[in-house]
Amino acid sequence: MTDATANQGPDGLLLATDGTPLKAKLRQSMKASRRRAFGLVLPLLLFVLASFVIPIIMLLWTGVSNDTYAANMPRSAPLMRAWDGSSQPTEAMAEAMVLDMIDARKAKTIGKVASRVNREQSGTRSLYTKSARRAAKMEPPFLDALVKADKDWADIETWRATKIAATSLTPAYYAAALDYKYTADGEFVEQDEVRQIHVQLFWKTIWVSGAVMLFCLLLGYPVAYLLSHLPAKKANLLMILVLLPFWTSLLVRTTAWIAMLQSQGVLNDIFVWLGITGDEQRFSLIYNMTGTLIAMTHILLPFMILPIYSVMRAIPPSHVRAAKSLGATNWTAFWRVYFPATIPGIGAGGLLVFILSIGYYITPALVGGQDGQLISNFIAYHMQRSLNWSLAAALGGILLAIVLVLYWLYDRIVGIDNMKLG
Amino acid sequence: MTESVTERPFVHFDGVQKSYDGETLVVKDLNLEIAPGEFVTMLGPSGSGKTTCLMMLAGFEAATSGEIYLKGEPINNVPPHKRNIGMVFQNYALFPHMTVAENLAFPLQVRKMRRKDVKDKVARALGMVQMDEFGSRKPAQLSGGQQQRVALARALVFEPQLILMDEPLGALDKQLREHMQYEIKHIHEQLGVTVVYVTHDQSEALTMSDRIAVFDDGVIQQLAPPAELYERPENAFVAQFIGENNRLPGKVTAIENGVARVALDNGPEVLALAINCGEVGNRTVLSIRPERVQVNHVTDANRLDGHVQELIYLGDHIRCRMQVCGNDDFIVKVPNSPEHAMLREGETCTVGWNTEDCRALDLAHGAM
Repeated sequence: MTDATANQGPDGLLLATDGTPLKAKLRQSMKASRRRAFGLVLPLLLFVLASFVIPIIMLLWTGVSNDTYAANMPRSAPLMRAWDGSSQPTEAMAEAMVLDMIDARKAKTIGKVASRVNREQSGTRSLYTKSARRAAKMEPPFLDALVKADKDWADIETWRATKIAATSLTPAYYAAALDYKYTADGEFVEQDEVRQIHVQLFWKTIWVSGAVMLFCLLLGYPVAYLLSHLPAKKANLLMILVLLPFWTSLLVRTTAWIAMLQSQGVLNDIFVWLGITGDEQRFSLIYNMTGTLIAMTHILLPFMILPIYSVMRAIPPSHVRAAKSLGATNWTAFWRVYFPATIPGIGAGGLLVFILSIGYYITPALVGGQDGQLISNFIAYHMQRSLNWSLAAALGGILLAIVLVLYWLYDRIVGIDNMKLG
Repeated sequence: MTESVTERPFVHFDGVQKSYDGETLVVKDLNLEIAPGEFVTMLGPSGSGKTTCLMMLAGFEAATSGEIYLKGEPINNVPPHKRNIGMVFQNYALFPHMTVAENLAFPLQVRKMRRKDVKDKVARALGMVQMDEFGSRKPAQLSGGQQQRVALARALVFEPQLILMDEPLGALDKQLREHMQYEIKHIHEQLGVTVVYVTHDQSEALTMSDRIAVFDDGVIQQLAPPAELYERPENAFVAQFIGENNRLPGKVTAIENGVARVALDNGPEVLALAINCGEVGNRTVLSIRPERVQVNHVTDANRLDGHVQELIYLGDHIRCRMQVCGNDDFIVKVPNSPEHAMLREGETCTVGWNTEDCRALDLAHGAM
């Protein structure tokens, strides 16, 4: 190795035989294989980018930005934004408003604008549509004309609500998602008690996910243990039973639970037959939280079993034997030697089940009833019914943040390198 | 050591049998007595039942019939954790989530020993295997040889009187393996514990053991000290399994004073010790060690022609493959010394041996 030192450049870097630094030479020689590797993943990369990354970013963007007002009311939007929100509305603002209303009515977009403003203050929808109908006939001074059309225009709150709606980039939706109200003064105030639902729903979702994760662990751990200790033939059969739910449609499985759990269903019939309960007082096992918990635990169980099983299978049987030969009872050998070795699997399975259930939608929607609805059902509601996409995006963004925080916590506590998925 | 066995065996296998499926026996009628302080090796090819025997002794497998005694007490119904037997596993079985010191403390903690005593004993055990500075490392941060030492220390730290070792050196490279053999041997002598050692490596067995039990097909083929096993194998399997061996098949024509006259296939009649060849008229296999074959300076009556096929230069000796009596695999080790003439490939020479170096054995295992 004497010639290695001879190949050192002036700055101490190793040089290749032709005098270029060794690191640069290495990069050069690896270039072709790197390019080939990149070429192999390129189609998928583009697909994921187009169908996943970009839509998600765009949707998250709608959570902080909504230009319904600014796009359809181009004259008044800048004036409203410039207004301080406390002084008397000016004639210029009123004039821009009336002209915009005439155009918006012609373009048939006034309805969208009206519902946008309505979200900031209820009751303004009819105010806007009514005023827009009359706008074409209004004459200056427009401020008075507006008030004549509807006396609500004299109320400064109407203008303040419009100011918020006119601001495209706004934290209002995130505030709403956390049960706060963003005012025209740029302050956050707590929502009225009766309208506070989101935070409670987030807590409920986290609580349900945690419970489902715990149930899956309690039910799945022994099964995984059995699977990893049975002879291959029997283990394969059991494995098929574990995987069977994967091959059945999620919808079919969930509806099967309806047949099982409903008050005239299989389980209740058995309970009545056994005399556990009377025919009149059947248990309500579905269309409530119980139904959501039972069905979600069943559906997510394989996600807990598989990572634990793969970790257990890799634990050499000699470890437990060694513990016993050293004097440990069966329980001590399990608890101090076997169980710690399965923690990476528990972590992976737990994280997987938790993250999957925190965004679970179909099952709670079908079997959850009123009481078993989770945050995802609310997001779907805002996407499909109320069409408040910005609020849906804000709720989704918070959900994503929760998952990322949990992931970070997991990494800090267990270490992501320890995670084994199989 | 053999005398003390008759007094009171420390470990005693009494007619032990083991079957996993109820159809075939993995261990057939095992009878073995091990004296206190003895180092006994179970040697055999894989599948010969040696590891099963060890697992039965440790308590991880139950004997199908027969009884195992430890210090005179039957232990068939004693669970492994109450047997107080130290065990070193093939892949060390160190607990990966514990440090070296925690691994060593484990057997002491489960025995509810006081914290200070645990610390002292762990330190002493680490010192014994020269690993004092590694207490705070995790097993994954150690080399194979270091892990081996820790596994050994862990099996010794709670001072069991019996240590079982299941191919403990199998995963180490040759040099380290040889070094560890001496180290285990020294620790055994120093502590006076009884060791039952399982291996398929004969040189390991020869180096370390007081006695070696050669296993094949679930049966102990021969139980003897290393030298006797090599010098005086009792059957063709042992002769073939321990060390290098030349085999010449033939037929017994006469037996006189323990010496058999054997007519070799494709060759003349020669003399050999009648060990296990049966009666006159039986087929037999002659067994001669390569280093006991004489070339060109044949002193005894046993003379044969050898055609040199291949020569391999190995420094201190030359390994010569010859054709003798139609057997192409006849190996002769010729010492590299001035009094031995250099052989050349294609040459024909005379080979022979002293009658007491050649053993006429059974054919059962020798069927070629």
